[in-house]
Amino acid sequence: MTKNRKAAAASTEVEANDNHKDFVSMTIGGYLFGIPVLKVQDVLGQQRITRIPLAPPDVAGSLNLRGRIVTAVDVRIRLSLPPREKDEKAMSIVVEDGGELYSLLVDSVGEVLSLKSSEFEASPPTVDARWREFSDGIYRLNGKLLIVLNVARLLVFGNREAA
Amino acid sequence: MDDLLREFLTETSESLAVLDVELVKLEQNPNNPDLLGSIFRLVHTIKGTCGFIGLPRLESVAHAGENILGKLRDGALEVTPAAVSLILECLDRVRTIMTALEAAETEPAGEDGELIARLNALADGTGAPAPAAKAPEPEPKGSLFEQVGGLATIDAFIESLYMKVMADDRLKGFVADVNLDRLQAGQRDSLGMLLGGPSGGNEAALAAGHEWLVSPGMGAKDVAILDGYLNEAMTALEVPAKAITAIMHKLQQSRGLAGGNAPAPAAIVAPEPAAPEPTIAAPATKERKMTETKAKVEGENAEAKESAVAAQSIRVNVDLLENLMTTVSELVLTRNQVLQILRTKKDSDFAAPLQRLNHITSELQEGVMKTRMQPIGNAWAKLPRLVRDLAHELGKKIDLVMLGAETELDRQVLEMIKDPLTHMVRNSADHGLETPADRRATGKSETGKVTLNAYHEGGHIIIEIKDDGRGLPLDKIKAKVVQNGLATEAELTQMSVQQIQQYIFKAGFSTAAKVTSVSGRGVGMDVVRTNIERIGGTVEMRSVEGQGSTFVIKIPLTLAIVSALIVACGGERFAIPQISVLELVRVSPNSEHKVERIKSTPVLRLRDRLLPLVMLNDMMGLTSGAGVEATEHYIVVTQVGTHSFGIMVDRVFDTEEIVVKPVAPILRDIAMFAGNTILGDGSVIMILDPNGIAAASGQMNASGVGNAEVATQQGKSKQQRQSMLVFTAANDTPKAVPLALVARLEEIDVSQIERSNGQLVVQYRGQLMPLVPMAEDFKIRESGRQPMLVFSDRDRTMGLVVDRIVDIVECDLDVKLSSDRSGYLGTAVINGHATEIVDAGHFLTQAFGDWFGSAGESDFEIQNRRRLLLVDDSAFFRNLLAPLLSVAGYSVTTAESADKAMTLHESGDEFDVIISDIEMPGMNGFEFAETVKKSQRWRDTPMVALSSHASPRDIDRGRKAGFADYVAKFDRDGLLQALSETFTQLRGAA
Repeated sequence: MTKNRKAAAASTEVEANDNHKDFVSMTIGGYLFGIPVLKVQDVLGQQRITRIPLAPPDVAGSLNLRGRIVTAVDVRIRLSLPPREKDEKAMSIVVEDGGELYSLLVDSVGEVLSLKSSEFEASPPTVDARWREFSDGIYRLNGKLLIVLNVARLLVFGNREAA
Repeated sequence: MDDLLREFLTETSESLAVLDVELVKLEQNPNNPDLLGSIFRLVHTIKGTCGFIGLPRLESVAHAGENILGKLRDGALEVTPAAVSLILECLDRVRTIMTALEAAETEPAGEDGELIARLNALADGTGAPAPAAKAPEPEPKGSLFEQVGGLATIDAFIESLYMKVMADDRLKGFVADVNLDRLQAGQRDSLGMLLGGPSGGNEAALAAGHEWLVSPGMGAKDVAILDGYLNEAMTALEVPAKAITAIMHKLQQSRGLAGGNAPAPAAIVAPEPAAPEPTIAAPATKERKMTETKAKVEGENAEAKESAVAAQSIRVNVDLLENLMTTVSELVLTRNQVLQILRTKKDSDFAAPLQRLNHITSELQEGVMKTRMQPIGNAWAKLPRLVRDLAHELGKKIDLVMLGAETELDRQVLEMIKDPLTHMVRNSADHGLETPADRRATGKSETGKVTLNAYHEGGHIIIEIKDDGRGLPLDKIKAKVVQNGLATEAELTQMSVQQIQQYIFKAGFSTAAKVTSVSGRGVGMDVVRTNIERIGGTVEMRSVEGQGSTFVIKIPLTLAIVSALIVACGGERFAIPQISVLELVRVSPNSEHKVERIKSTPVLRLRDRLLPLVMLNDMMGLTSGAGVEATEHYIVVTQVGTHSFGIMVDRVFDTEEIVVKPVAPILRDIAMFAGNTILGDGSVIMILDPNGIAAASGQMNASGVGNAEVATQQGKSKQQRQSMLVFTAANDTPKAVPLALVARLEEIDVSQIERSNGQLVVQYRGQLMPLVPMAEDFKIRESGRQPMLVFSDRDRTMGLVVDRIVDIVECDLDVKLSSDRSGYLGTAVINGHATEIVDAGHFLTQAFGDWFGSAGESDFEIQNRRRLLLVDDSAFFRNLLAPLLSVAGYSVTTAESADKAMTLHESGDEFDVIISDIEMPGMNGFEFAETVKKSQRWRDTPMVALSSHASPRDIDRGRKAGFADYVAKFDRDGLLQALSETFTQLRGAA
């Protein structure tokens, strides 16, 4: 959390600049990620998730969000990171894609950061191909890198790739 | 679109649907005046409305039809099949124009002169169609003219009036020497004007002296008789009684005026004194008055009734009802949750109001459901017409009996059941019923009977389609099954009659020896079954050869809310729709029922039958905590089609009303789930699809559900999904081959494997089957049983020796081609592993050098060396099908797009048949077919479409585009058969 706060502090220096974009920050497997704030519908704590047998391993299950059924995607597994320990709690970021709601399971959700576009750059080509596919680019924060997740691509599963 | 026009379209299509039914009824009871009256009125309304909103073309067609109907009703024409056909044709024209109207919002250009001429010719002597072209002007609402029903009704009653006049010895003398047609036209138009209608232009006829129906020379007595007839004629036409009174009144007035201003009619012909005799007239007037009063009272009553009905129904947009239903569904879910909470809290203050809420919700749900309910008769409306046309076309006598047409079901279900029902009735009439001659020969009555029966049963609707025809020819089915390689004769002898009959639900299966224009070839029952199963229904069939067949469709009342059984397995809960649950059986080691095993397959002895069991935890990839035998289990006995099987679960909870919600797109390819829902306790639960489970567990091999589902999914996802058999051989890399190519999986004891002529062989089903190892250095096992894939084609079989059969996986194939290794088509990702796709054709040639050439020996001789062009954008399919077709004896050329194919055309290549994919980038299959049909040299080349979309509509479109046949993409047998049939037809035609 302290890291997040530092990152937030770094961004507040350049407030009120037009070239700023707002991101919800989150940590997944020790890395800092961001999702454009307008994409995010809800942030939830630990939820009861129904496992779905036969589903791809990165689909954690389904959960009930105020009467709507939301598919939970474990971003750790999606990013080929080691799975969460049994007692580790996950938080959910609910996003919408193609009229469907998805809940992205992440380790923790931080603050909303307003980031300067001058600090943005594309992912270096040497980065893991899967990570490069799922990210739009990287923000260089003070002492930390924030990877911007591309929600739409993150939610393209194998069977829809050809579509 | 203009509201008025939309209303008109809706109303008119409803009327047309009713008309179809009524006309067919009329043909059967030609002397029913009520029926004629109602038909006349409907056509008349259509015509009138057309005039009102300015649709001259539609109006002229409707008018011509109405002319005939008027004659029919008045008995001037006889009701003959020819007349009915012509009227039906007229209605079809109306429908065509309306379709175009709906699309373009204006009447399409076109000429109906020929049709109208024929209609008029039939209407015969009337010869007064002239005014048809003149559209009546829009009328101020409520004018007498409008109340009566416009010029057409006036025309009709004037006509029937004169008919009566001519039949009456007392009156016919007055009109003996006039042109009756002109007189009628004049009287109609003048009467029309009198009632506030537009000028008809025929008033000149009045100059002849026949004013206000009174012909020259008529005495008061005659006028009274005339008026009586007029009254009768109008009543018969159901002119409102009030209007009749008013018309009579106006007539009297006009006559008075005319009498005052015009020369007395008596001056011309005066057989009697012109002066009316009050003594005679008086009773007539009195009588009239009485009828008038009576009519007035009746009229008022009728009107009151009518308006009461009108006030009680309103038109509501369907979307609104859908939204309402969704909202109520949510309410039901919330209610369930609240009740669940209440159950855990005894003595809560909320208990009473919540119980009340519970009741109200149930009532609301019921009420909203009712708004969506429609009688199933709506889906049947088209059937009488269809059967009638069929009977005419096929020269059969068919009696369609419809029972329980008032049975109601959800309109969504109704929509989805419409097409399958139509198809099945068509099938019964076409394939099921024999020709009259055949029927006589077998001692049946000439008229075949197709019975539709619908009724409620335990929250479901049962629809029976029964015919008393020839039944399913078991021998033909068997022959076809063997011919298509679906099963061997030996396997067939093991099957029950019912199991064999189930084959008709298999794709590409048609037993009709002759292909008629009525029943599409081979497409049919599999599509029907798929459609019914898609809405959670089932279809069963019973058939006794020689006595007829019965299809029983069982469908849920509504799709939105279903009752489901909640079960638990491997720590997860699942819902099973109640419709497919037959019974529950508890098994434990010391109970009456226990699970026994054949090899590793569990079965249950249930009332002298062995019930195959499916372990849900295995199917779902869940681990069950305890050993299977150790603890007690529950078996959910489930029925899919005619197959029953048991689903083994750990626990059974209660049943709950659930609202089926579709699963997320990323999970849609898991066939075992029908949807998901939220339970009372707020948790999400998956709903199991028994059809999917049956298909996945291999239960349904005989009935083809598996295939049908694959086809459906392809249709849905627009992707090339394929069932692949995954196995390992020689090394650890998984290998796969399309399941469609594999005839059987076998495990053969290695001691049976022999060596002959340097080749491994095994005695298999009375033949020597060569065995081919996957790789040169591949060693068969030392002992035990050796798994192998058996490929079969006609009388040849070969075994491909493998290490282990891993799984059957349904997946999207994205083949990265690598042509450098013989025997492999390339590599694809299946289940997350790089998997080599095996080229079955390569191994077939290894087993039989002459496999390719051997085709010449058999029935394929004629098509041997037939040149075939295969157009498909997918490299995988070109590579899959090319060897397959070569094996079948064709010389195959491939093209990756329609444009490439046309290049071949330009370079002068000739082919005997063209097989084309439908979905292709650039020019699609339909366009390609049209192009080919327009081309110089290829236009006579038969074309076969290959597509994952095989809906009847697509097939129809394909036919129109010029495809001779339409085959589902993965239906190997279907393709070969279609090709062979195409050539057979060509030969027949030549």
